Order: sequence, then C-alpha cells, then structure tokens
Amino acid sequence: MGTAGKPSLAVWKFASCDGCQLTLLNCEDELLSIAGAVTIAYFPEATRAVVEGPYDVSLVEGSVTTPHDAERIQQIRAMSGTLVTIGACATAGGIQALRNLGDVREFRSVVYAHPEYVETLDRSTPIAAHVSVDHELRGCPIDKRQLLELLAALLAGRKPRIPTYSVCIECKERGNVCVAVADGTPCLGPVTQAGCGALCPSFARGCYGCFGPQDSANLPSMTRRLRAQGMSEPQVIRLYRTFNTGAEAFRAESQRVVSGSTAGTATAEEVST
Amino acid sequence: MTHTMKDGGQVLQVGMLARVEGEGGMHIEIRDGVVETVRLEIFEPPRFYEAFLRGRAHTEPPDITARICGICPVAYQTAACWAIEAACGVEVPPHVLALRRLLYCGEWIESHALHMFLLHAPDFLGYDGAVEMAADHPGAVELGLRLKKVGNELMSLVGGRAIHPVNVRVGGFYRLPTRSELGRIVPDLERARDDALAAIRLVAEFDFPEFTQPYPYLALRAERGYAIESGTPVTTSGLTFPVSDFTRHITEHHVAHSNALQATLDGEIYVVGPLARYTLGFDRLSPTCQEAARAAGLEESCRNPFRSIIVRGVELLYAVEEALRIIDEWVDGRVAFVDVPPRAGEGCGASEAPRGTIFHRYVLDGSGLITDAQIVPPTSQNQASIEADLRAAAQAWIDLDDHELTHRCEQAIRNYDPCISCATHFLDLQVDRS
Ligand code: SF4
Ligand code: SF4
Repeated sequence: MGTAGKPSLAVWKFASCDGCQLTLLNCEDELLSIAGAVTIAYFPEATRAVVEGPYDVSLVEGSVTTPHDAERIQQIRAMSGTLVTIGACATAGGIQALRNLGDVREFRSVVYAHPEYVETLDRSTPIAAHVSVDHELRGCPIDKRQLLELLAALLAGRKPRIPTYSVCIECKERGNVCVAVADGTPCLGPVTQAGCGALCPSFARGCYGCFGPQDSANLPSMTRRLRAQGMSEPQVIRLYRTFNTGAEAFRAESQRVVSGSTAGTATAEEVST
Repeated sequence: MTHTMKDGGQVLQVGMLARVEGEGGMHIEIRDGVVETVRLEIFEPPRFYEAFLRGRAHTEPPDITARICGICPVAYQTAACWAIEAACGVEVPPHVLALRRLLYCGEWIESHALHMFLLHAPDFLGYDGAVEMAADHPGAVELGLRLKKVGNELMSLVGGRAIHPVNVRVGGFYRLPTRSELGRIVPDLERARDDALAAIRLVAEFDFPEFTQPYPYLALRAERGYAIESGTPVTTSGLTFPVSDFTRHITEHHVAHSNALQATLDGEIYVVGPLARYTLGFDRLSPTCQEAARAAGLEESCRNPFRSIIVRGVELLYAVEEALRIIDEWVDGRVAFVDVPPRAGEGCGASEAPRGTIFHRYVLDGSGLITDAQIVPPTSQNQASIEADLRAAAQAWIDLDDHELTHRCEQAIRNYDPCISCATHFLDLQVDRS
C-alpha cells in the first residue's frame, strides 16, 4: 500500500520506445484524478520521487533483452501485487524481437565464444517468458481507453473488460466499410485482437496487426486471403514479422510460409532481416 | 547519490535520471574543487533498428522507425518519407507537404507541452514532478495538460492516434481529412493560442541561472516559414549543405560509457534543437511569436539552455498558429498520396523533431528492399554538448551542496529534453550494461 491507504502504482521500463508509458501521461483529463486515487510510487519518466516497494500494481513496458534485465524483472515480480504488461514489447518481445530471427542465419555460435551467454542478449523476450503476468494490454502502442478501463477495474477490485475478439468486430461496431471486401486491401483485421477501435480501416488502410494475434485466429486462411489479394510470400512474411513477430501465432505462421516457400520466392535470408 | 573517493575526491552519481525519455544516468567526479570527469551514461538497451531495417520494403520505414520513439514518432515518419521519396525520385504535391506539417505541429505542441510542464517546470519550481507540483500550482499543470491534449488531438485527427500514427505512408497519407473534420479542432486550437501565450508569460517568470553555450548551432531552414517538417541544414558558423550531404559533415562515434553514438559536425561539438532553430530562424517566426519572445526577455539569439523552456513556449505558439493557418487553407478533393515506385538508389531526409534535427538515409535495391539504413537522431547529436554543459555547470556551481549541485546538473541535462530511447536505437553492437 502507498501512503494514506491508497494503492501504489509503479511503472517500469525495459527495451521499448516509451510510447506505452506515455499513454498514461496522455490521459490528460484523467491524470490528476488517477494521481489522486493511487500513490505514484515509481515512475521515473514523470517524477524524481521514489517510494520503496512493495507495489500494489506494476505496469511493465518493454521486453527483456539483457541479462541484467532478466534479473530485474524477477525483482519487480517479487515486489509487485498485480503485474500488468503493457504493449507489444512487453507482451510479445516487440519489434526488437526481429533479432530472434538471427538463429535462422545460425550466426550466434559462429560469432560468439559463449553462445549460452549471448543467447539471452541475442533474444528479445516478452515479460511472460520470465515471470507470471496477471493482465496484459496489447498494442503498439496500447490504447488509452483500455488502460483507463484496466486501472478502474483494478481500483474497484473487478476483472478488467478487455475484449479478445478480432479487429473485424470493431470495424462492424464502428460501421466501417470493410477495406478487404470493398477495395481488396490486404488487412490483418480478421486475425488481430481488438482494442484499437479498428483504427487503420477507418483510415482506408489494412490492419497491420499491431495488437497481435487474436486467440482463435485462423492464420493459414489469412495467408491464403493475403496471397489472393496479390501479396507475395516475402510480403506476407514481413507483415507477420513486424511489431508482434514474437507472438506465437504470427511467429509460427510466418515460419510455415518460409518453410513452404519455393526457391526464388522467399529465401530465409531474404525474409529474416 | 554522492560519495567520497579514497583520495578525497567526490562523486556525484544519479543512477536513473528522472523526467527524461528513456534510461540514462549521470556521473561526475570532482577532485580538489575541479570537475574531472563528466558522463551522461546511456544504458538503455539498444534495439538494433538499422540492422533489422535491412531487407524490409521501402514502404515500411515510416511505421517501423516510428517505434524508435513514442514521444516523437512523426519526426521519424516524416524524415523516413522524405528519404525514401528522394531515393525513388518522387516529389509529393504541396498539399501533402502541408498535411505533414499539420501533423508535425500536433507533435510539437504535444511534446513541447509535455516537456515544459511535466518534465522541465518542476525543476524551476522545486518539485519532484508535475503531480507533486499540481498540489500547489494546479493552474500551471492544467494549462500544460490542456495544451498537451490539443496536440494529441490534432495528431489523432490527422494521423489516427497520437503515438505511432497509422495514416502516414511513403508518398503521402492513406486518407486525407476533410475540411469539416479539421474544422472541429479549430475552437480548441484558438483556445490553445491564448494558452500558449499564457504559458510563455508563466515560464518567463522563472529564475534562470546565467549560462552561455559557445558551440555552433545547426538547424534546418525552410523555403518559407520556420522549419518544422523539412528544410536545408544551416549553422551559426555559416555552413550550409544539402540534406543529401549530411554524412559528409556529421559523423558518429561510439563512446564506451554509452549505449548510444555521439555525433560531431566536421569534427566539432554542435547543438540541435529549439535554441538552434530559434537562433537560426527568428526572422521566420510570426510577428506574434517574435513579440511574445521579446516580452519574455529573449533576444533574437538564445545561448542559455536553461531558457530553452521559453523558446519551447514560443515554438509551441508558432505550431498552434501554423495549425490554424493550414486548416484555414485546406481544400477538399485532392489525392491522398502519390505512387512511389521503387528503384535502386540512395536517399536522405531530414526534419525538425521537437528535440532537434533528425536525419535518415536509406539505400534501396532495384526491387525496393532496403540494403542499408542510417538514422541520426537529435539526442546523439546533442550528447557531446550535454556533457560539455554538465562539466561547465558542475564547475560553475561547485560551491553548492551535493544535493543542490546534483539537482542543477540534472537540470542541465533536462534542458535538452534528451530522448534516450532515440539515442540508443541504432547501435549494432551489444553492450552489456552490468
Ligand atoms: S509496444 Fe510499441 S509503443 Fe509500446 S513501448 Fe513497445 S514499441 Fe513503443
Ligand atoms: S487496425 Fe490493426 S494495425 Fe491498425 S491500430 Fe488497430 S490493431 Fe493496430
């Protein structure tokens, strides 16, 4: 507990762009009331003041990319009541997990004298690969409304309402014209978890999956659709391998396309960087 | 934290700098009243952007490089677009340029309001952060939040969202906003104009230590107006060069205590950012901005980095005025983007991020895949001058007690609004920070 019986909130950063924690500062209308409802105990981007742990709620941004950070997340878990990962870096390793594909090129054992040491350095891993996580917010960046819902739910002691359906449902809710059907625009909406409010289709753009894979997504069918819409295999692979490249469904599907590709259309070298 | 060395020397150490973007520390060693060692320590883990941009399509850098920094994604998106368009020999129509500028105005407003009120003002008023400051100065914090919100709303209106906008593409935008959509934000921007003037008056009252920075300034200069989304590099030493020549003048060096690269201009320390833009572009500011600057005690050139908070206020006002002008001149019914067919070649681009000039360079193969990428963000260009300021500040105020001195030195760093996330993205070496 923080001061005056208010729950304490800590915000932690690992390898990231700061965008997800900035989302908290972007709650301009709510910031001062949040600060009234909780003790902001650790949030270096916002304040020099530090309240000692333990913390009731920890928001964790970023992925683990160094041995030191692998230790630090253990300490944070031990000090935190509820631990919430925020954003694609924390939930899936982020865009920096593209380095994980380095193992395709098998350079690690060739280059480094101690591959077992370099292994940790050479991979960007989500927080859940290291410690147990109580809630996660998807997105690159997270959505402000989802963050506020999560904080409100935690303060009220109820379960946060975070939808697990696809972006397609949000498009329907918003009354968007489907960009895939109307214009044949490749769109990952059918396989991407909701949360953004179907932002890209509202801007005449196909979804590029920044909220990561939806639970029950049928990826092979998505791939067939993208190919039919004129995307080459390397383009499809790159689309899966961007901000959520480390999310299992996207990783596995991109790998499946790589393996199934015929010589000359997508070599591992061409798609792996 | 401070401690005394065995030989009587003294160390000021801040392990984790607060109210900066990203992770950095500060280390200062003083012996016999002389500042011996000064380091801005950047231990934010590198994310290897330039390495994994290789092999990506020429259409991808705006989305990918935006993720280097959540505070200035538009700076990355814009510089990336210019560079790719240059490589492909494509020019975008004037209304695309205008919309890039409008989106960028949103980022300037948001970022400057964030830095002025949430990150920098607490130094002058003596608080740990804005939330603590709000207890005694609610009006100031609310003013800052209101300005910040308008910036974010402008970015959402044009770009879809404030962090990593989705509407930007090489060649233009996915969808153009309509005149009536843009019109919705006009009342808020009009209020922001008054708020910005009030903000300038407010920060002008702060106490500024005497401090003069001797290094050359570099900023872009545009054909018209104050440089925001594009321009040609000029310096206070009289140097000017096309953006395509930036690698001939700007060189990056790797220093051991830092996970970032430090840049020099023709081998010398230099400064980019609000002070450089202001000093090199005062004549391009509107009469209202010039008048507000003078009323706030600024001259046409500003060499005191502690006063950068006023300059940010003037730039914020300018961005609000520009946004209103662009919206007023907006006409519907034009194409959202032009095609940018790939071709083999190299292209450079630059824009004025809130923290200073950012340069991008890409080399493409014939199918449009990137074979080489280079990004020089503002914080790596300013890193050497931050350390030089830190040394001068520590020496000038060496008689202050440790607590005060540490605070003054932290402030000397925050004057730059350093973005450590930006500064570390490009290293292709893995440096263990332990
Ligand atoms: S998930 Fe995206 S927005 Fe969030 S910290 Fe990572 S790169 Fe930034
Ligand atoms: S539509 Fe897709 S890519 Fe666009 S913001 Fe939503 S989840 Fe992200």
